[in-house]
Amino acid sequence: MLNALLQGILLGGLYALFAMGLAVIYGVMRLVNIAHGDLIVLAAYATLSVAALLHAGPFVAIPIVIAGFAVLGYVMQRGLLNRVLGADVLPPLVVTYGLSLVIQNVLLQAYSADARSLDVGGLATASLHVGGGIALGVMPLLVFGVALAVAAVLEYVFGHTRLGMAFRATADDRATVRLLGLDDGGVYAAAAAISFAVVAIAGLFMGIKTTFTPDLGPNFLLYAFEAVVISGLGSFWGTFVGAILLGVAQSIGFAINPGWGILAGHFVFLAVLLWRPTGLFARSAA
Amino acid sequence: MSARAVAIERGGRAGRAGAVAALAAFAFLATFPAWAPSDVMRLGVEFACLLALAQAWNLLAGYGGMVSLGQQAFIGIGGYTLFALANGLHVNAFLCVPAAGVVCALAAVPISRVVFRLHGGYFAVGTWVVAEIVRLLFANWSALGGGSGQSLTALVGFERSTREALTFWLALALVAASTGGVWWLLRSRLGLALTAIRDGDAVAESQGVDVARTKFVVYVAAAAACGVAGALYFLSALRISPDAAAGMGWIPLLFFAVIVGGIGTIEGPIVGTALYLALRQGLGDYGAWYLIADGAIAIVIMLVAPRGLFGLVAERFGMHLFPVRSIVRLPTPERIEP
Amino acid sequence: MSAGGLLVAQGICAAYGDVQALFDVDFRIEAGERVAIVGANGAGKSTFLATLTGAVRPTRGSVSLDGAVIDRTDAPQRARMGVALVPEGRRLFPSLSVEENLRMGAFARRAGPWTLASVYELFPVLAQRRALPATKLSGGQQQMVAIGRALMANPRLLLCDELSLGLAPVVIKDVYRALARVCDGGQAIVFVEQDVELARRMSDRTYCFLHGRVALEGASQALAREQISAAYFGV
Repeated sequence: MLNALLQGILLGGLYALFAMGLAVIYGVMRLVNIAHGDLIVLAAYATLSVAALLHAGPFVAIPIVIAGFAVLGYVMQRGLLNRVLGADVLPPLVVTYGLSLVIQNVLLQAYSADARSLDVGGLATASLHVGGGIALGVMPLLVFGVALAVAAVLEYVFGHTRLGMAFRATADDRATVRLLGLDDGGVYAAAAAISFAVVAIAGLFMGIKTTFTPDLGPNFLLYAFEAVVISGLGSFWGTFVGAILLGVAQSIGFAINPGWGILAGHFVFLAVLLWRPTGLFARSAA
Repeated sequence: MSARAVAIERGGRAGRAGAVAALAAFAFLATFPAWAPSDVMRLGVEFACLLALAQAWNLLAGYGGMVSLGQQAFIGIGGYTLFALANGLHVNAFLCVPAAGVVCALAAVPISRVVFRLHGGYFAVGTWVVAEIVRLLFANWSALGGGSGQSLTALVGFERSTREALTFWLALALVAASTGGVWWLLRSRLGLALTAIRDGDAVAESQGVDVARTKFVVYVAAAAACGVAGALYFLSALRISPDAAAGMGWIPLLFFAVIVGGIGTIEGPIVGTALYLALRQGLGDYGAWYLIADGAIAIVIMLVAPRGLFGLVAERFGMHLFPVRSIVRLPTPERIEP
Repeated sequence: MSAGGLLVAQGICAAYGDVQALFDVDFRIEAGERVAIVGANGAGKSTFLATLTGAVRPTRGSVSLDGAVIDRTDAPQRARMGVALVPEGRRLFPSLSVEENLRMGAFARRAGPWTLASVYELFPVLAQRRALPATKLSGGQQQMVAIGRALMANPRLLLCDELSLGLAPVVIKDVYRALARVCDGGQAIVFVEQDVELARRMSDRTYCFLHGRVALEGASQALAREQISAAYFGV
């Protein structure tokens, strides 16, 4: 059981990467991007192809993919999503759902339904023995560390930079921000760029950890969403902890009965929703 | 202003024409089991189920302001209710269809307590999580067939043409009930409340509308409709599985049918469902391309015509086959005041 | 200085949906002038300010800043051109500290005498509370933050909407005393006020709005109290 707990914590690191990208966008513009999980999958496939093109490994390809995704996020926000963001909840949901469908099926056409993986050689299976008969995978530890770093960077950007100040102000009151001379569309686009960059990182580590197919996106969206709801909107550290809770729930559930692993995570989500609807670490109402 | 009363009209010529046409159509369709080929009737049953789903989703999203990505939970519960009652308890399979609606309405009560904690985009994904829970529960429930599902053994040996006829007539009843039900609902006080909610919860509250109760009633009604549609669908298919019943494959239909057809109208889902099926019959072989087209079209429609195709028509020509709005006709003034 | 004045609005009509809020409003202000707008609730004062900031598009009429027509420019552009608003109800950013709220004003990127240092000099009490969340301050202090935020843009024209709303009289005095210092520096100011006497005292000219129209306009000292009353209430 201790092993399941530890594996769950490390799994939480990956889920934190999933969740933080969603939290950035939701925090700034109250948009739930239905295509979020599919973008993670897209990033994995992109890394696959770029790596093949360069005859190199995924870690060499990833900076290019991150940059490409940041640009993609900026353009998509500016060109498409800014047009449908408004008081009505339906248009952004429809558009991002449409994107989800398009991405999934374009990937299906391009790569077929065969399971793929990002190859990092021995690193994928290397492990550290920490005593007591417990082995922790090097890769999961690396993912956990990267997730911590990303959370730290995002906290810093949002809390201590001019851009972050603009993010928080725009999230508070978009109309007043415009009256101060700030282009709110540009602020949104910058937030999307950051979110997509985090998504690219998430895609990399997802692709290393597991085999992936074009249809996995919605699952990742749900995990990211559950982590964000469990933690509530407040800080990225909160999102991080929420993701860990989710990972632990799934891991322990899986250890009890493989069919119940994902369900256990869903139940923890339900419990938090019923008991503390604004989330466990919410700074203010979502 | 003269003492002549201000007249409030409900129908208009198009409305009356629509009513006559609908009655004639139903009478004609009821004769299908006597002469129409089986696959045409099966398509008709599917249309009825999809239409009921679209009407339910339209009611939720277009009028109730609740965008749900999880109605498939009730499709699944409805379908499995049919199989559990018919196979397990040997209840008449055809009676199980309306029973499924009741079961779903009951299930919607506790579920609403959970999902109503969320709003907007969160609500949408939250309903999706609930649907996933339902799907996984069915997948883990070996008595119901587990992951691979089960067949409708209760109807083995049932005479085929009778089964098809009964299924088809149930489908006709469903079309009448779902469309008529939504129309009736919108013309009622509840409908007025919904139209107010469509403009905003706070506004509606200030007008004395019990927003929470109204949304609850709509949510339960939509759940019941999805349950009946689900039961009928799998009655026709004679086989059910967790992925088919509560999986995500239902969502493209809902988006397409209602968004493209026209949200917030009754005619919209009819147009949209017909379009959806037509596209699928035409492009279905192309699998992925069909869904890509689905997604792309939904995006374009949201950008260009957010009220959907029928919404455009209704706006342009002021035409409503199912009139729910009241048109105020002012008496002409006897004298023009400067 | 162009012959037309710092800002000239001609024939402004504005509507919210089907409801018309402004009917043919003419307005002008010169550089360094202090103009007051008074009127009952719903008279259209805030709506008029919104047509100046670009938040509301007039259905008819034209606005010029320094002789240049600005009808086609949007709100962020106008802010960068030097039109700053202290909004009704302050509209501070709750997630930001006092200092961050002030710094948000500088996004208009305009050169001028107003910096964080000079704003803190104008409102010393804010300097002591610079790290606090802005909405944790008292009403009067929040009003100071809102004014400071607008000043940080070094505006050509400062628009103040109902500064005295919800404030105790002694606090209102402090706020307007600070505003007087700002005006002494030559800042052109339009302020919307419910308190007619205060408006008359603080301004060079006064407009009185009634039901979306300009009911009265003239030099503040020359207008008799009865005149203003009549225009205010529409008797």
